[in-house]
Amino acid sequence: MTRLKSIFLASLSLIAGLAMAQSATDEIAKYREMIADGNPAELYEAAGEEIWKQPMGPKNATLEKCDLGKGPGIVKGAAAELPRYFKDTNKVQDLESRIITCMEKLQGYDAKEIINAGFEKGKRKDVEAIVAYVVTHSKGMKINVPNKHPKEKEMYEMGKKAFYFQGGPMDFSCASCHGENNKRIRLQDLPNLTEQKGAALGFGYWPAYRVSSGNFWTMQRRLNDCYRQQRFPEPIYISDVTIALSVYMGVNAKGGEMNTPGLKR
Amino acid sequence: MKKLTLVIPAILIALSTSFASAQSNFEKMHSESFKANGIATMDRLDQDETQKFCSDPVNLAGKGDPKKREAIEKANLATIKLPANGQYFGDWKEGEAIAQSGRGATWTDKADTVVGGGCYNCHQIDKKEISHGSIGPSLWNYGKLRGNSEAVVQYTWGKIYNSKAYNACSNMPRIGHYKLLNEQQMRHVMSLLLDPKSPVNQ
Repeated sequence: MTRLKSIFLASLSLIAGLAMAQSATDEIAKYREMIADGNPAELYEAAGEEIWKQPMGPKNATLEKCDLGKGPGIVKGAAAELPRYFKDTNKVQDLESRIITCMEKLQGYDAKEIINAGFEKGKRKDVEAIVAYVVTHSKGMKINVPNKHPKEKEMYEMGKKAFYFQGGPMDFSCASCHGENNKRIRLQDLPNLTEQKGAALGFGYWPAYRVSSGNFWTMQRRLNDCYRQQRFPEPIYISDVTIALSVYMGVNAKGGEMNTPGLKR
Repeated sequence: MKKLTLVIPAILIALSTSFASAQSNFEKMHSESFKANGIATMDRLDQDETQKFCSDPVNLAGKGDPKKREAIEKANLATIKLPANGQYFGDWKEGEAIAQSGRGATWTDKADTVVGGGCYNCHQIDKKEISHGSIGPSLWNYGKLRGNSEAVVQYTWGKIYNSKAYNACSNMPRIGHYKLLNEQQMRHVMSLLLDPKSPVNQ
């Protein structure tokens, strides 16, 4: 833990320097190299592992029997195959909604409370740490989000429709920025999420530690901020549209590599 | 009387099922997934004909029904208001500041947050600004290359006011139509693009 703390402090000064850097893409690449084996997301991962194994909640239970899709308690490789259909809830769930199901069923927490809390607030903060822990255990694996169950296929089609849905005062959809190759907003490269290569760049590097805001962002938070910039109303945490978009990206990205947690601008 | 009481519920059921199918599964899932937050209200999901048409990836890619495309461009063209007193120009320096700002209209903004033009997000404009996007074409030397004939001036005003008048599924926001910028702010952006003294035309 002290090693992690020193990495974290060293990162902080780098982050401050970076905020002023002009050529962001190059600087981020340099930054990634410098801390190649010390992504600040490690702090969240360590906290997440502790939370996973510690008895808590009204039922004073751990999450060690939580089924993330590969069987109770199996964390390794789970994030590379999410979202997926779960028989017990009869729903397609992403990592965050599935963790919340486990917190509700195994530990007795109120799912609604977690949904209504903001990012980094209350029990949501624990969900985020657990996400960091789980995704780290899929690092280097192949993305393999299933598209077999009728509900998975339905969510893929919903995700595709949501991706192209234009609205708001600027007529934006996800496709406005992420539908073509080699596009940028300012200096920020925009992956084309409609193709395997681009989808793997998006899906394979989130969740991530985000340098510009100095915190760990889950996929739900990434999508939330996309919609903010799209000038849409706010997507409800773990709502169907957010999960459908993850299915769309994850299935498109099939065969790409999980590089999670990523390190982003 | 007995027969009638049986018939009425049957009609009600028939009516309610046909109403439910008018809203597709997708529309239901989509609208139930969002909540209003500050100025970003739920009516932002209510699409106009242009947004509906361009939410189809085939139409977005420039294919699809050409007649429908033409009708959409025509309808958007009809929304364009030329500036009061025929005054098309302002101050390129203010235009540059408007082009730089990508702020406004999100749920973290207030109703009185000044909305920026967001131009550099997608376009190269003054070459000195290296932090520019590439979703739209480069506007470097915009006026120098095109001159400032009445046709060029009116087209440029129209393109800023409502880009969909010229390309139904353009990625560019309809800046005047949605009042993202007011007339005076649009004049400043016009000067940035067309004023021979603007750095864009050096």
